[in-house]
Amino acid sequence: MNGTRPSYLRVMLMFARNSLVRDMMFRTNFIIQSISSIGWVLMNLGFYLLIFQYTPMIGADTGWGKFEFFVFLATTLLVNSTVQAFFMPNANEFGELIRMGGLDFALLKPIDTQFLVSLRKIEWASLANFLFGIGLLLFSLAQLDSRPTFVGCLLYPVYVACGIAILYSLMITLASMSVWMGRNQTLYDFWFYITTFSRYPMEIYEGRFGTPLRYTFTFFIPVLVVINVPAALMAKPLDAQNWPLVFFALWATAASLAGSRWVFTRSLLSYRSASS
Amino acid sequence: MMARVTTWWTILRICIEERLVYRADFALGTLMRFLPIVTQVFLWGAIFAANGDTRIAGKYDFSDMIAYYLLTMVGRAFSSMPGLASGISLDIREGTIKKYLTQPIDMVGFLLLNRMAHKLVYYSVAIGPFALVFWLCRGYFADGWPEPLVMLAFIATLIMGFLLGFFLEAAIGMIGFWFLEVSSLLFVYMLFNFFCSGHMFPIDILPEFARRIIELLLLPYLAYYPAAIFLGKVPLEEIPFRLSVQAGWLLFFIVFCYYMFHRGVKRYSGFGG
Repeated sequence: MNGTRPSYLRVMLMFARNSLVRDMMFRTNFIIQSISSIGWVLMNLGFYLLIFQYTPMIGADTGWGKFEFFVFLATTLLVNSTVQAFFMPNANEFGELIRMGGLDFALLKPIDTQFLVSLRKIEWASLANFLFGIGLLLFSLAQLDSRPTFVGCLLYPVYVACGIAILYSLMITLASMSVWMGRNQTLYDFWFYITTFSRYPMEIYEGRFGTPLRYTFTFFIPVLVVINVPAALMAKPLDAQNWPLVFFALWATAASLAGSRWVFTRSLLSYRSASS
Repeated sequence: MMARVTTWWTILRICIEERLVYRADFALGTLMRFLPIVTQVFLWGAIFAANGDTRIAGKYDFSDMIAYYLLTMVGRAFSSMPGLASGISLDIREGTIKKYLTQPIDMVGFLLLNRMAHKLVYYSVAIGPFALVFWLCRGYFADGWPEPLVMLAFIATLIMGFLLGFFLEAAIGMIGFWFLEVSSLLFVYMLFNFFCSGHMFPIDILPEFARRIIELLLLPYLAYYPAAIFLGKVPLEEIPFRLSVQAGWLLFFIVFCYYMFHRGVKRYSGFGG
């Protein structure tokens, strides 16, 4: 029976190759898309450069000075560009597959359906931001007064991967809801708006309204750990108070993946083919 | 004349009905548009906490900044036209534009009514959340309501902002007559729009040379000027000049949009049934 199991790595590589071939058929569009994506990033960078003209850091005594924050920004780029490249186009299409009945074809294939619908299309142009993110990360780290620790460097890719997994889980959960809701454009808007909370250091959410928000988006919908934990590992020494958050991020990743898998499976059980 | 008014009224009514089909989705979407302003409040709160409450560019304190973002949301509620340009170019590419060409109807006028219907439904749904958020944030409007003339100027910039946004995006959509795929171009336009319209931050906190360049463009009239006029950041004696420039841009884009449409239709070929 094992001999008939599909090789997920080979299938994934084939998806990647097919997507690249398709992108290369419209090379000019691909180049414009890559340049535009970097344009958005430069615009954001310009905004924060402007902000740092007027303040030494984001939040009083938070440690998020100019280059520490650019490490944060670079981490945001690495996580978001990966999600946009690998999962966003597929999650968008998943709703259409359900609505038009195209999911039948995915269900018939002898491979895990979640794997198939999550990864079959890759948007290579989004990876331009990933490369830019690496450049910004290296540049910003070189400007910092203190170098990141060895443990921090080792854990950084692990926690970037955790961040990607948490965002993917949230996205596939929302996409799965298309089965029950029919149309779910608002759910994608919800994903976009919720993830805007993850784009800033969690220390800014302070006070009467801020603290409950920080707890909600850390422990209930854990989007605040997505960028904050890996960025803090690299940009500023974590104090003893923050280490529990590092361990919590691992638990949150596992719980998000398990929860999204459960919702996805439930949604397939409720799926009724829309085709004839 | 009466028959024409009846036709337009019927179109508007149908468009409103159409927009109300997914009203729950629409209402939820409207409410969620306020979420980014929450992060902006905390971000600027953190900035002012770190800089010792120093005014940004000597003009904006924390309250001004939050009031500015809230007002740009009102400005954007008028001037943003989601899906208009991409919808026109899609109609051209897929040939569905012929439904306008074969009927005795002005396509641009029809789309304008459609957009007005969308906005009317949007405002009727959004007025609740907007009123609630403005009431909760009333403390940020330290100077209260502006004087009546400034208020009139504010309303005029909003209305012209709506029309300017419509004709500008419709003109971009018409490019589809020449280039079938305009999505990349739209992406670039959105990028400039977000940065230069004042949606991201008030353009008068930019360095002098950058501010002067951006002021020459039409984009600040879509978000920055309505908010700046309301907040008194535009001197009283400058307001008539700004309104005239906005009206000039509007007139230019009305003419340009119709010119593009007529040139485009001459170029367009439709085949099949």
